[in-house]
Amino acid sequence: MRRAVIFVRSLLGAVRRSGLRFAAVAAPLAAAIYFALAQSASAACCTLKTGGSPNATSIATLYDIIFGLAVVVFVVVVGFILYSIWKFRASKNPVALQIHGNTRLELSLTLTAVLILVVIAAVTFIKLPSIVNPPNSDAGTVLSASLTAPKPPNGQELTICVTGRQFIWRYTYGANCNKAAWQDKLPYSYQEMEVPAGVTVNLLIQSSDVIHAWWIPALGGKVDAVPGFTTYTWFKALHANELYHGQCAQLCGRQHAFMTALVKVVTPKQYAAWIAQQTNAVAQQNDQVSQIRAYLSKMGTLTPSGNF
Amino acid sequence: MSTTTQAPTHAFRPVPQILVHEVHQPRKNRQWLDWVLTTDHKKIGIMYLVLTFVFFILGGVEALLMRSQLAVPNNTLISGEHYNELLTMHGTTMIFLFVVPVMAGFGNYFVPLMIGARDMAFPRLNALSFWLLLCGGIVFYASLFWHPPEAGWWSYPPLSSIQYSPSGGQDAWIFLIHLTGISSLVGAINFYVTIVNMRAPGMSWGRLPLFIWSILIYAVLLIIALPVVAAAVTMLLTDRHFGTHWFDPTNHGSPVLWENLFWFFGHPEVYIMILPGFGMISEVLPVFARKPIFGYKAIAASTIVIAFLSTLVWAHHLFTAPMPLVVLGFFMLSSFLIGIPTGVKIFNWTATLWRGSLVMTASMYYAIGFLIVFLIGGITGIFLAVFPVDWQLNDTYFVVAHFHYVLMGGAVFAILAGTYYWYPKMTGRLCDERLGKIAFWVTFIGFNLTFFVQHALGLSGMPRRIYTYQPDMGWSTYNLISTIGSYILGIGILMSMYNFVRSYKHGKIAGPDPWKANTLEWFTTSPPPVNNFDSVPRVRSVEPMRDIRLEVEAQTGRLQKTGGSEQFARP
Repeated sequence: MRRAVIFVRSLLGAVRRSGLRFAAVAAPLAAAIYFALAQSASAACCTLKTGGSPNATSIATLYDIIFGLAVVVFVVVVGFILYSIWKFRASKNPVALQIHGNTRLELSLTLTAVLILVVIAAVTFIKLPSIVNPPNSDAGTVLSASLTAPKPPNGQELTICVTGRQFIWRYTYGANCNKAAWQDKLPYSYQEMEVPAGVTVNLLIQSSDVIHAWWIPALGGKVDAVPGFTTYTWFKALHANELYHGQCAQLCGRQHAFMTALVKVVTPKQYAAWIAQQTNAVAQQNDQVSQIRAYLSKMGTLTPSGNF
Repeated sequence: MSTTTQAPTHAFRPVPQILVHEVHQPRKNRQWLDWVLTTDHKKIGIMYLVLTFVFFILGGVEALLMRSQLAVPNNTLISGEHYNELLTMHGTTMIFLFVVPVMAGFGNYFVPLMIGARDMAFPRLNALSFWLLLCGGIVFYASLFWHPPEAGWWSYPPLSSIQYSPSGGQDAWIFLIHLTGISSLVGAINFYVTIVNMRAPGMSWGRLPLFIWSILIYAVLLIIALPVVAAAVTMLLTDRHFGTHWFDPTNHGSPVLWENLFWFFGHPEVYIMILPGFGMISEVLPVFARKPIFGYKAIAASTIVIAFLSTLVWAHHLFTAPMPLVVLGFFMLSSFLIGIPTGVKIFNWTATLWRGSLVMTASMYYAIGFLIVFLIGGITGIFLAVFPVDWQLNDTYFVVAHFHYVLMGGAVFAILAGTYYWYPKMTGRLCDERLGKIAFWVTFIGFNLTFFVQHALGLSGMPRRIYTYQPDMGWSTYNLISTIGSYILGIGILMSMYNFVRSYKHGKIAGPDPWKANTLEWFTTSPPPVNNFDSVPRVRSVEPMRDIRLEVEAQTGRLQKTGGSEQFARP
């Protein structure tokens, strides 16, 4: 017990002597400065991509808070190690202090670790609703809603089905896109998704072969596209005339590196025009195919069930 | 290695005197038969270490090939197909053929020595473990001549199903898991029985060296985790060839079932790889700090707690898979919990340095390097445990950086610390300390150059396992730095390997106890004779060898010389 007291006293003495007290004041200060910087700077090195959609911004804030705590823990522990190496090497400190432990110190540091984790968990659960719950779309947009995915409070949203397959993404626009895309003659596009700004976009994510992962960093986190399952995510693009880049994040085969995705954000008006044009183009293509099939069937090249 | 021991050259021998005798005549010709037929835990241990270090070099070459491909954007050095093969070979080699069995190698050599036993409990089973490992490695690497697997070391179906991976390489991977799995399982039972039954008189659980604690828990975790992966790969095998549909979504099977089964094994596997490393660090630090380990009971208990919790965190690998929110919350909190015993360990190790008298040997360099890089790996683990943050970082280079800090920075630095520490015991000769320290700095700098920038790559959106990228993504500079770092890291590792090979013939004679160490393996000669000990002392503390040394010093009135250790003595 006496030895333990000596140990703690020597610890505190060292704190006084070596100016570690200054560090104890400086560390929170540095953390505060860091937060200010992290929020304002868009430095690509140490923060997540953000700004495209509110959920991405919430995740980035959460990340910044954890990063601040992590820097403090790292600096304290590494500082302690480096100080020990410098101060207690055999040439400077020939006789080692023979102590076996200190239960009180041990418990208090364990509790500190618990406290840090409780803080992180609390912050996570506070931030969680803004990450998982889709917000309302901006007023004045007429949209189609799906039946299955979590919806914004007023139900105003745009539903897009995202289907992954080796090695391209397909997007089908409109409600029921996971059920009746063919019968409803819904418009679709490949690789580049067109979305209106200010509208909550609900994504229904599926795969038709192997596991893929949908991910546009600036528009929120990634979601696996697992064959046999439907997964959901959402984003609400804040600014029109932006092009966001992402790519498949789950190893899906030899050309995994080229399974890219683009999200082009336009104004709701431009979107309506684009959808009309796309619907028209798809209908025309379907008509052409129908004509060719009819012709081939008449010629006897194609059986009624569609086989050559 | 012959069993002839070096006669101590110094004037007086450690007391109590070690009177080991030659118990058998070394073979004059066909000495390789000694190795093939051996059931001696030390020879098996050496074979384990040599074989796994060979696999380490192979895995490292695969890594360097991948880094070379990623050095510049749109590189065409390696095709997508070969890149996927390389990443599968690299991951599988490092995990199943290097880190897990290298720990078994150290365990084989040092468990009987540290607990004062004359061999493992089941010597022939021990030999079987080694030969099964070799067979697993051969089966797997033979696929190089046909068609290596390319579905990653997780082999997620449907990508690993017969439809998308028709080649036999995937089956070679399955058989590798089976063979190395049986090898590890048999070895784990052997370790468990040995440690439970064959400890020296007086060595109660509270006096068990911490490395032995970690090997015991390593064995328990292997026994828990391996049957699960064995079942999973068998199901994959029957899916591929015998018409079952466990993981086939077109026939009501579920790929998510595989993900759960695989990671129920895969996460304990992480601790299987790192816990023995923790044990080595817990041995090395007190010896070179000349100070008892701080909080022995806390370190031993935290090992058990980590093992228990490690079976409850697997789904944090599946945060992006289809799972309810409440499950994500549970696995976030359980992953946080595991950070607490790990934090306890880091705290106790740093406190062991405090007010010690640090002898900065090469082994100590690696041990302290371990503390720093493992700390970074542990901290980034907290980021990934927070599932919304994981949604951004999962499957990116941030994760690659995280687990290389834990497994390369953690396990491999510990392995190198352990190798430098125990090399004199295994060979009777000391490593070149100066070269070891230079190698440390090269390894440490190369390691951090390679992997630190990968955090930034992940944050800026680079997914892992892509074989090339476009120049306008802003990833080029970081990738080039990482590639340059990986070559520096490779040079550092090669310097250590050169050191180990060269010191075998040219190192200074070590004597029985060059480091003034604490545990029983230093009580016998270096290398130990076939029977390890003529007489096993009664153990009265966690540091039996230190007790013996102090006793001798009290009796003779002068400092105990420790054969070859003069260069480390204080002036």
